[in-house]
Amino acid sequence: MTEAEVWKALAEIADPEIPVISVVDLGVVRDVRIEQERVHVEFTPTFLGCPALAVMRDAMAEKVRELGGEPEVEVVLDDSWSTDKITPQGREKLRAAGFAPPTPREAEAPKLVQLQSNGFRCPYCGSRDTALENIFGPTPCRSLRYCRECRQPFEQFKTI
Amino acid sequence: MKERAQLLLEIADDELILGWRDSEWTGIAPFLEEDVAFSSIAQNEVGHARALYELAARDLGTTADELAFDRKPEEYCCSELVELRLPEWERTIARHVLYEQADAERLARLKTSDDAELAGLAAKIDREEVYHRLHAEMWAERLQAEPRFIAALDELRPLVDRRKGQSPELAELWDEMTSVRRSQPAGTTW
Repeated sequence: MTEAEVWKALAEIADPEIPVISVVDLGVVRDVRIEQERVHVEFTPTFLGCPALAVMRDAMAEKVRELGGEPEVEVVLDDSWSTDKITPQGREKLRAAGFAPPTPREAEAPKLVQLQSNGFRCPYCGSRDTALENIFGPTPCRSLRYCRECRQPFEQFKTI
Repeated sequence: MKERAQLLLEIADDELILGWRDSEWTGIAPFLEEDVAFSSIAQNEVGHARALYELAARDLGTTADELAFDRKPEEYCCSELVELRLPEWERTIARHVLYEQADAERLARLKTSDDAELAGLAAKIDREEVYHRLHAEMWAERLQAEPRFIAALDELRPLVDRRKGQSPELAELWDEMTSVRRSQPAGTTW
């Protein structure tokens, strides 16, 4: 078993809440190291209250077992994951599924005026004429916006 | 108790109890968007509590669940601000505004800690709290001229730094919060 094989297997795990994207596309796998039978996976959670975390962690351990390894999934509780870690392919998959991908993280924390501005594109028609409906949405990682152009509500990934 | 564990417990207790109080708006908020918002904020706060308890549990040789649910009400060290059941919207928003301000200051301090674990977790939590602050800011602006909101801010402000108040409301909440867990023998796997 090689590290590349582990990465490939982990890339088959879908995000439990947004199944169009894999945990590797999501950027939550920080590192894979193999020491004999033991496979050490560093997992950086997205939002700390996300109920999908335990599901992802268990799915990673299961994949490693399927490859014949002994999993050691370490949950890293620091600031190393950000929405900037979502891969370009991952962002495109999100957009295609109707989730507007996150805007890039900036040095300064986001401000209300920014969220209320027209910097966010509708994933359906591409218009920037969109309005903030709710900072919060159906999961911790998403906000709700409305496209005035195609009159479609959509979910916007929060930048963190 | 170790100094770091004590600090972690204070913050974790704040976040857990506030999370429970915020979740009381699920289904009864004044409009649907706020139902979603307070439910989501509650979920985040409980998630922060879990991460903080996990770190404390490692220092104390126990588990996050035991710290969250198996202590007696008088052992919690949260702020009196989060203990209260506030079924009035203006008081809930006032608490939200006051808590987010105090929490922002606390997180800013922790982010510069020389304890890398603590600083890293604080930075992670802070990224999420930004959105709670924006939500609080939006409401503070909307209600700024409302006498009931102003009165609620004055009423609740002194409670922010008051800890170990052991208010009857915390004991009542604890009773509800832990009743299912206490219905089974200690050490039960859920």
